[in-house]
Amino acid sequence: MSDTQYDRAPGDRFAFSELKVEEAGSGVLVYTIGLVLAVILTATSFWVANTSLLWAPGIPLGLATLAIAQMGVHLVFFLHITTGPDNTNNVLALAFGVLIVALVVAGSLWIMSDLNANMMPPTEFMNSQMQH
Amino acid sequence: MNLLGKLDWGAIPFDQPIVMGASAGMILAVVFVLSWVTLKGYWPYLWKEWLTSVDHKRIGVMYIVLALLMLLRGFADAIMMRSQQAVAAGGAQGYLPPEHFDQIFSAHGTIMIFFMAMPFVIGLMNFVVPLQLGVRDMAFPTLNSVALWLTASGILLVNISLVVGEFAKTGWVAYPPLSELEFSPGVGVDYYLWALQISGVGTLLTGINFVTTILKVRSPGMAYMRMPVFCWTALAANLLIVAAFPILTATFAMLLLDRYLDFHFFSVEGQGNAMMYVNLFWVWGHPEVYILILPAFGIFSEVIATFSGKPLFGYRSMVAATMAICVLSFLVWLHHFFTMGASANVNGFFGVMTMIIAVPTGVKVFNWLFTMYGGRVRFTVPVLWSIGFMVTFVIGGMTGVLLAVPPADFQLHNSLFLVAHFHNVIIGGVVFGVMAGYTYWFPKAFGFKLDERWGKASFWCWLIGFYVAFMPLYVLGLMGMTRRMQHYDNLAWQPWLLLAAIGVAVILVGIACQVVQLVVSIRARAQLRDVTGDPWNGRTLEWSTASPPPAWNFAVLPCVAERDTYWMRKQRARATHDQPAQAVEYKPIEMPKNTPTGFVTAFFAVVTGFALIWHIWWMAGLGAIGAFATLLAFAFRDQEEIEIPGEEIARSDRARQAEIAG
Amino acid sequence: MNIATTIDAVHREAPLSASEAGPAPKRIVVAFGFWTFLLSDIVMFAALFAAYAVLVRATAGGPTGAQLFNQASVAVETACLLASSYTCGMMSLAVNQRHHGAAYLFAGITFALGATFLALEIREFAGMIAIGATPQRSAFLSAFFTLVGCHGLHVAAGLIWLAVMVAQVAIKGPRPNVKRRLLCFTLFWHALDIIWVALFTVVYLMGVRP
Repeated sequence: MSDTQYDRAPGDRFAFSELKVEEAGSGVLVYTIGLVLAVILTATSFWVANTSLLWAPGIPLGLATLAIAQMGVHLVFFLHITTGPDNTNNVLALAFGVLIVALVVAGSLWIMSDLNANMMPPTEFMNSQMQH
Repeated sequence: MNLLGKLDWGAIPFDQPIVMGASAGMILAVVFVLSWVTLKGYWPYLWKEWLTSVDHKRIGVMYIVLALLMLLRGFADAIMMRSQQAVAAGGAQGYLPPEHFDQIFSAHGTIMIFFMAMPFVIGLMNFVVPLQLGVRDMAFPTLNSVALWLTASGILLVNISLVVGEFAKTGWVAYPPLSELEFSPGVGVDYYLWALQISGVGTLLTGINFVTTILKVRSPGMAYMRMPVFCWTALAANLLIVAAFPILTATFAMLLLDRYLDFHFFSVEGQGNAMMYVNLFWVWGHPEVYILILPAFGIFSEVIATFSGKPLFGYRSMVAATMAICVLSFLVWLHHFFTMGASANVNGFFGVMTMIIAVPTGVKVFNWLFTMYGGRVRFTVPVLWSIGFMVTFVIGGMTGVLLAVPPADFQLHNSLFLVAHFHNVIIGGVVFGVMAGYTYWFPKAFGFKLDERWGKASFWCWLIGFYVAFMPLYVLGLMGMTRRMQHYDNLAWQPWLLLAAIGVAVILVGIACQVVQLVVSIRARAQLRDVTGDPWNGRTLEWSTASPPPAWNFAVLPCVAERDTYWMRKQRARATHDQPAQAVEYKPIEMPKNTPTGFVTAFFAVVTGFALIWHIWWMAGLGAIGAFATLLAFAFRDQEEIEIPGEEIARSDRARQAEIAG
Repeated sequence: MNIATTIDAVHREAPLSASEAGPAPKRIVVAFGFWTFLLSDIVMFAALFAAYAVLVRATAGGPTGAQLFNQASVAVETACLLASSYTCGMMSLAVNQRHHGAAYLFAGITFALGATFLALEIREFAGMIAIGATPQRSAFLSAFFTLVGCHGLHVAAGLIWLAVMVAQVAIKGPRPNVKRRLLCFTLFWHALDIIWVALFTVVYLMGVRP
């Protein structure tokens, strides 16, 4: 699958953290950039949630996008997940996890809202239906 | 505050003779075995070599032992259900009152799925996968041991429920509101929930272990497309375990919170939503059946290829089909509750997806058929199980596609047609598969083969017994009989139920044959000995080791250059004929050290689980602290590995060479 | 047949790809296994998220999120957890560069920030319970307390783990297995912050909107 000789452990910046001595500066720089980006995105999220300047129906989507961006910053800058061939397994595992999360959450929401719509009133009626 | 929570003498069902009889029998059997072990002085050996073992081969065997024992327990439940339904027609009430009957069908499902099928499949994977990958052990040997013993904890709790207290009466799925405290005030549902939560942790650890092993711990040269198909199916199944079991954990946690702390996830009051339990349960539940069947598919791939003397037909399409099933299994779960009231759009989507998932399975069946076609098929017991599987599973799959059509399902949901369908695929698929695997790999594990004649007898009894027991259930479902009925008024159903009871009796004979087979084989093990380590002329690396393999599996890790690597090497060796005696340098090998961590953790898990069930809070706290202390003791241990000296490996390897040559 | 020995005589000229290089080094195996565990944990949270999303309107006449949530407190909690992720990264850098003093210092700061997060969250829960917004009040509150509480339990477990890790480094020194466990801890701690991003966005920020 990959064309490098070694995979990288998730969380490590290089294939072997002991072999390649990370220069003090570059390591701190990566984390600091990540922190700054995350702070900006977080602050923006709080602003978006509380402002009246934006079109209201678009706000949940905006918040979701900012959240995904923040997660991305964490993955890249703190967990050192990249698209290099030494990271393929880690990325694939993450993609699989994200797929399952998406299916579970989206699927459940779709099904439950559909069920709720079809089974709405009254509560006693709904309970007597569920004899399965 | 009562020191023993809800526990008192009333927990023992003195007024139920059948339960007391079964409990007495079980306790006597346990006492007998423990006494025999003590009198023979086997405890030091058992403790050192088995209970504290982190060797994947030993752990695999122990899983299968647990599974076989629980097969007996679950089958006893089946006998009771069939016999009850055979007689309880019209005015007759049968011999099992409803409260007992409800526990029986709940226990039957729970035990067969969680404590028979899962351990069997996991046990086979545990034994075989590292050997097939050409490595010495799993990625996390101690975690492997912990997982085994946590499964055993769940088993112990379920069996304790027979003697002390009761089991759930909700069916093995435990839907609220019935499973809520209001309608199930007893401890039965708590036994169910805690046993499954505890063993669920074990299963999740197994999933992580296998995914990591298959992706990161393989012999040099074993690229992904050179792995045996069984390893691919093991990978897919364990990816599903990692993805699905956390959902079950969360769902059960929510139900536990409802029951213990009066939360309102699924309750009627507080605007809880019981339908959400059904939804989340089946998000886990559907991948679960694929967790069971995919390794069985892998077993059939190995068995059919070996006994046809041909490479598996369509390796790439097998891999693709396996991974497709892995992903698709997360897109069909609503078909378990078509009738709960979703709209046509939703029902239609999941109905179509359910039909689509049959396609990769069909690809696999054709590949097996094409593997056998043109080969010299040896009709050994594993092959018989495989052919029985192909016929039976296809029938079961077809009834599944029928049920996938929502309008049809509205007629057949929760009828005996459904019961027949899922037994058709689970018995025809999973049970036949593990029986084939058990027979196929037994010589590798123990050094001698199983008796062939008794094996064939048990196969035919299982096959005939299955059809006689379950085909009538299809008819009954179409006649309108609902599942889980303790008693019924429609006398037209009774002849079919009598026929089904006869079928179960035939299966009982089949199981008896397997018990006899084991005894006979052990007695005749000298004659049945597997000397070469390759009794079936196998194709994959496990057959290149001795039977049983040494603890370190391979003296030198094999360098793999192609698929079916052991077969190819045998062909080349046959072709070249001369054996240059290579001077091999036997380096010392570091093997993981045995540890009681798994066993002790599981002990504390049982204590905690039992205490939580009976609301003995101080005991639960102590149990949790004990488990944490065990973890700390393990974390701070000094020696993680033992070194096996090169001389010992050399001795063992040379003995093996002599054995093969002689 | 001398199978097991002959094959090892095969010499390889071209560098192997990672999938053919044989069993991976322990650090990679352990970290990947833990990564897999984290993904399973995220799936568990997804199930709790789904339950929360389904039940968010099921207030049973009781208080809603908009009435209960205090954004200022959430902002401080978020800042604490984000900062602790940063200091955790600093700690792992210090460990790799063998600056043990710095490692202990950053471990301590990480612990303090995490503990602050927990303290604020407990205070929030206590406040809600005091005014009757208990998890027993409604399905929405059950789901809220479980989802946020589960994350809090993970943070608490992480703090205990961090303390044990510091003890291990102090007692056993920076042995390879101790460093592997530290790597796993940093993965865990960063993942907790990732989950918190989803949590505060979905529960608190989207929750306070009418």
